[in-house]
Amino acid sequence: MNPAAPRKGFVSKPKALNCPNCGSAIELRALGAAAGVICSYCSSTIDATNPQLQIIGTWKAAMTIEPAIPLGSRGKLKGVLWEAIGFQQRGIEVEGTNYFWREYVLWNPYQGFRYLSEYDNHWNFVTPLQVLPAPSMSGLVYANESYRSFQTARAYTWFVIGEFPWMVQVGEAVDTADYVKPPKMLSSETTENEVAWSQGEYIPGTEIWQAFQLKTPCPPPIGVYSNQPSPYVGRVRSSWLFYGAMCALLLCLMVLFATLAPNKMVLDKNYVVNPATTVEKSFVSDLFTLDGRNDNVEVRITADISNQWVYFSMALINEETGQAYDFGREVSFYSGSDSDGSWTEGGKTDDVLLPNIPGGKYYLRIEPETDPARAGGLKPRIPFRVRIVRGRPFYFRYFLGMFLLLIPPIWTSIRAGSFESKRWSESDPSGASSSNASSEDDE
Amino acid sequence: MSTRNDICSNCGAEIRFRWSGAVQTTCEYCKSILVRNDINLALVGKAADLPIDISPIQIGTEGIFNDKPFQVIGRIVYRYDLGTWNEWHLYFSDGSNGWLSDAQSEYAVSFANSFTDAPPAEADLHRGLTMAQHSVPLYLTVITDAMYETTEGELPFTSYDKEMCRFADFRTNDGRFGTVDYSETPPLLFLGQFVAFDSLKLKNLKEFEGWPNA
Repeated sequence: MNPAAPRKGFVSKPKALNCPNCGSAIELRALGAAAGVICSYCSSTIDATNPQLQIIGTWKAAMTIEPAIPLGSRGKLKGVLWEAIGFQQRGIEVEGTNYFWREYVLWNPYQGFRYLSEYDNHWNFVTPLQVLPAPSMSGLVYANESYRSFQTARAYTWFVIGEFPWMVQVGEAVDTADYVKPPKMLSSETTENEVAWSQGEYIPGTEIWQAFQLKTPCPPPIGVYSNQPSPYVGRVRSSWLFYGAMCALLLCLMVLFATLAPNKMVLDKNYVVNPATTVEKSFVSDLFTLDGRNDNVEVRITADISNQWVYFSMALINEETGQAYDFGREVSFYSGSDSDGSWTEGGKTDDVLLPNIPGGKYYLRIEPETDPARAGGLKPRIPFRVRIVRGRPFYFRYFLGMFLLLIPPIWTSIRAGSFESKRWSESDPSGASSSNASSEDDE
Repeated sequence: MSTRNDICSNCGAEIRFRWSGAVQTTCEYCKSILVRNDINLALVGKAADLPIDISPIQIGTEGIFNDKPFQVIGRIVYRYDLGTWNEWHLYFSDGSNGWLSDAQSEYAVSFANSFTDAPPAEADLHRGLTMAQHSVPLYLTVITDAMYETTEGELPFTSYDKEMCRFADFRTNDGRFGTVDYSETPPLLFLGQFVAFDSLKLKNLKEFEGWPNA
């Protein structure tokens, strides 16, 4: 069959036509499907639904923009081959500043029209909706998902080229409203006669570059876009879950080692300090055995004192090697009463944990010292008790670990929060109040 | 269904009715609009050339809606201020008929229905108006003034004397839709739902040069 001959059920490639205004060649890609085509030379909007290609109007575009996706190029997105056939730049004015974004019309002769929108290199694949989203307290509900009101604005078309399913013109204005549930968003465009809904889905620019095989480098997105999925979504939860699991593990280890710890009393003895004497009075304890290899030793001193202090210079001495571990501890306890009531300061007991003491036979050398001036007649003798425990279970390092492990989840939570606040900083606070979708009431 | 054959009273070509309920058809060869009076065909006018049209659907396209097979046997092309759209006349295997609306590749299947509530008066139409029919809450989203651009194939009513029609299109929160056609008195109600192109499993579609068949 001669391919040039028209045959039933077959649609040939559209022929090149000439702009009725300036005579430039126009390639109609979606002839008949597109309603309006815009001459790229003279910006005339031409009625493409009419074989006579009538000019709808000629508007002077305020700017000229080269589309990143050349019109006529094809790419496969969401499993369907699309051809870019139209492009427009739209803008909204907020507090005297114009914000521009770009929209591409995608067309497939069977599937119809889709759109790509781009703002600051953030891309959305947009599908027209036939279903009306239902209004809710905070925005909209569509397909059982809640969308939060984000922004309302009046959008103007600043530049347009190619084919559109409607007679788009430079200067065309619509009222837009956006609702987000990352990575999706719902948008409405309202004109006098019609409200059109669409759903956008955030799509990385690199995916578009790959689909349309664009040669230019794909520019990275700037800032946070309204429906950009947060990179922290899920990570906040998983970091806290990880934290919880680590805490549980630490607690298990803590209980395990506490159970396994010897925790054995090796010395429990009462002594007396005589503060009246000024003579140095050092003495040594009985010998005791520290079992095992390296482990901790806790020395606890309880002195029966009141309004005084006792300082103990001590040394834990290995009888066999002569190795000495010197340390000093002070026990002080004061109490009284004033206008605020009774008070106490210090305590009668002091604990010290000596780490890494090898096993062997040891004795403790003790040299108590107290305030002789205060001793006069107050309390001539101070009884005190020394207890030594080998292999105390320890807890502090586990709690320190739990505390340090808090840093990553807190950091992630802060980052996630700051991402969301960047997103919502672009929203307009009045947006929430003007969210009426299908329930727009009769005046 | 029993197909009956007739002869075009203009050019003598064979006219084949696929659907016994058809009231009107268009001669494939000379585009004459033929209206069936009793058993004879009366020539009432000539269909306009089809507009530039690349709908993938054509007379003879077959598909499935709600598990019921259908065949496309006719269409009306409406023109409104932003272009044209197609209402494809469907003949279902169980003998019923319906419409497949194809407006810039947004597809919807609908059926003529009765009003359970009085339709809004034509003068009162405005966007945002709500009504309920058959317990379905419907929101008016667009009012369209359209005219018959042309017709093709078999239709359940005659089109040749119709001029401007006003349509009120209603949508819902769940993908259904309704249209009130004010071209007749009392107005006509069509209720249906939007459909995804792929869900209709259409066969015998048009081919597009340079495009792989969907």
